Amino acid sequence: MTIAPSLSRQQPAASVHPGPLLKVEDLSIEFGPKGTAVRVVEGVSFTIDTGAAVGIVGESGSGKSMTSLAVMGLIPSPPGRIATGRILFEGVDLLGLPRSRMPEIRGRDIAMIFQEPMSSLNPVMTIGDQIGEAIKLHQKMGREERRQRVVELLKLVGIPDPERRLGAYPHQFSGGMRQRVMIAMAVACNPKLLIADEPTTALDVTIQAQVLELMHKIRRTLNTTILLISHDLGVIADICERVIVMYAGKVVEDADVKTIFRSPKHPYTRGLLQSIPRLKDENTRLYQIPGMVPLPGTIKQGCPFFPRCPDRIDKCARETPPLLEITPQQKAACWVSAGATS
Amino acid sequence: MGLGGGDVMNIAVTGDDLVVVRDVGKTFSEAGGLVFGRAQPSVRAVDGASFEVKRGETLALVGESGCGKSTLGRLLLRLIDASEGEIAIDGVDILRLSSNDMRQMRARVQMIFQDPYGSLSPRRSVAKIIAEPLEIFGLVQSRKQRRDRVAELMIQVGLSPTFMDRYPRQFSGGQRQRIGIARAIAVDPQFIVADEPVSALDVSVQAQIVNLMQDLQKSRGFSYLFIAHDLSVVRHIADRVAVMYLGRIVEIGPKRRIYDFPSHPYTQALLSAVPEPDPETRKSRIILKGDVPSPANDPTGCSFHTRCPIAQPICRAERPPLLETASGHLAACHFAKPHPIPL
Ligand SMILES: Nc1ncnc2c1ncn2[C@@H]1O[C@H](COP(=O)(O)OP(=O)(O)OP(=O)(O)O)[C@@H](O)[C@H]1O
Ligand SMILES: Nc1ncnc2c1ncn2[C@@H]1O[C@H](COP(=O)(O)OP(=O)(O)OP(=O)(O)O)[C@@H](O)[C@H]1O
Ligand code: SF4
Ligand code: SF4
Ligand SMILES: [Mg+2]
Ligand SMILES: [Mg+2]
Repeated sequence: MTIAPSLSRQQPAASVHPGPLLKVEDLSIEFGPKGTAVRVVEGVSFTIDTGAAVGIVGESGSGKSMTSLAVMGLIPSPPGRIATGRILFEGVDLLGLPRSRMPEIRGRDIAMIFQEPMSSLNPVMTIGDQIGEAIKLHQKMGREERRQRVVELLKLVGIPDPERRLGAYPHQFSGGMRQRVMIAMAVACNPKLLIADEPTTALDVTIQAQVLELMHKIRRTLNTTILLISHDLGVIADICERVIVMYAGKVVEDADVKTIFRSPKHPYTRGLLQSIPRLKDENTRLYQIPGMVPLPGTIKQGCPFFPRCPDRIDKCARETPPLLEITPQQKAACWVSAGATS
Repeated sequence: MGLGGGDVMNIAVTGDDLVVVRDVGKTFSEAGGLVFGRAQPSVRAVDGASFEVKRGETLALVGESGCGKSTLGRLLLRLIDASEGEIAIDGVDILRLSSNDMRQMRARVQMIFQDPYGSLSPRRSVAKIIAEPLEIFGLVQSRKQRRDRVAELMIQVGLSPTFMDRYPRQFSGGQRQRIGIARAIAVDPQFIVADEPVSALDVSVQAQIVNLMQDLQKSRGFSYLFIAHDLSVVRHIADRVAVMYLGRIVEIGPKRRIYDFPSHPYTQALLSAVPEPDPETRKSRIILKGDVPSPANDPTGCSFHTRCPIAQPICRAERPPLLETASGHLAACHFAKPHPIPL
């Protein structure tokens, strides 16, 4: 696999910042008028080291997208608002920056791929022009050089015959090809952090396999740090070394992927893993977590998993468990996993 | 279930087979009419489908978006009319039924849809939604009888009857799917086409619905055509599996055979592409090149030849027939054998 020299030349500069690339601290996001606002993300903290691939998994509504949109400075506001927390990117608190600085950081330092490629591409602009625009925002280069760059990027993401495809419009591409174009735009300026929110959920299995392969290639060739959001633990296990599990707006477990699969500590993570149908086993009745995910804001006290938890003790109803270190590789927000007994 | 079934029989009932499908095809001709002033080519959505669904079994239908799964499911219930072929349900040739007789048949075949949000009418209460088929077929006489029957059905699908007078928007996705299931089983059907019933649901909710569907089948004995694109879910629920590609069934057989000895290159690639929720088993994935061709320009010969890693010249020229490779296991490939793509 050879990559064009101009791409390798523009690998992200080795970070001068000594700490983690991204550090999210006590992030809370709420929606609605102050006073009656509903917290949809509460007290979320995690870090991502340079070069790592970290996944966020959780059920619909658990706050995965809101967490990543907050990092991008894209929480719709109003009605949304960041209520507490800091988002440190290379040590600088993005939430403390003036709003006008964010567009500069988006695309150049942090880029995002969204779930639905069609709604994030401009239908009346050619593919070539759209990727060109993404480059223009952050990099000075002449027209011809930029065109070359676009061709290289399309080649990188595996669009056949890129020279000819420059003039195509999004509707002339299939879903998988559109997602490749989104990836090309996202990596156009070699961002240090690439956030991918359900990048393959809308795609067929064989096309998903192509896009996952492409994500591996991006990591290998461009050395990009990745934050991958998915509700599919299979996709996360494929790309990431570490996984953060969210439930009802909170981080309930954070560990390296192998540990999570081998010995999940939070009862929700255990239930989730048990309820996944596997390609290998058949006829075993699927495990089901009893009950339902609570609506945001309805659990005011205690552990959010309490109503459904098979391991709960009295303390769980009264006190909310913080994310505690179980081993250096694993954190869980559970009193019982942390050693409490009834 | 004497709902007129017995009197309209005109094909011999064949033992175990509840549904018999022979050479069924569907061409959508004036698909969408003119686009930018150009006539749209006709779409061959289903071609030459032949298979059976046995009594009490679950036949899963898998394949990628646009391959014709929903169209085939709808054809079996005559929600759309086949362009050609024969479909018999419990010995009744449904394509030749008068509309009145077909109305009777509808009491015995039901459908569950993918989208629990879109498939329930928002302005009707849950009781009305579930009771509708009961009323159409005159199975309830009084208001009290109706409410009792609805309550009974709600309990069977794990919903509290106290929610009977609420509206669909007041329920979660999984609960709405339960409402759809209650409605489908209300008339005691023999055959249910479930079109991606769990695809829109979260994993933990999906497990609840899959278990519910299996429990109901065990107690009621009906058959499912279970349409899905998630091969892991299918492995749990199916007895047999049919794989479709571009409107055609390319492989069909008992579940074990399909999963352990996929004999069509497409099935093998499809299985290998499923990301396993297990970081310790990095499997060698077969990455197919290119995209699924549009059914409007179906490739010559084997329609998979544009993406098949083992295609030969004959594949472009001749369409491979669906032939038996082992007992009850059929594949449509000139080079069909277990694991045809060498790794
Ligand atoms: N504009 C809004 N007003 C009020 N609540 C909102 C708004 N947007 C999102 N929410 C709520 O915020 C919560 C978190 O949403 P988020 O999109 O982050 O979930 P998610 O984990 O990404 O789910 P999914 O898997 O469905 O994408 C949800 O409960 C959602 O209903
Ligand atoms: N009413 C219609 N008119 C014209 N074309 C149609 C119609 N319904 C379906 N088609 C076409 O027939 C083909 C098969 O569609 P179908 O909905 O059966 O696919 P599917 O396998 O169910 O896909 P999915 O997984 O996306 O639901 C597609 O190319 C589709 O565009
Ligand atoms: S803190 Fe208690 S209720 Fe919460 S997950 Fe742990 S055991 Fe269950
Ligand atoms: S017939 Fe040829 S192209 Fe078709 S699946 Fe078999 S080997 Fe591949
Ligand atoms: Mg989301
Ligand atoms: Mg469909």
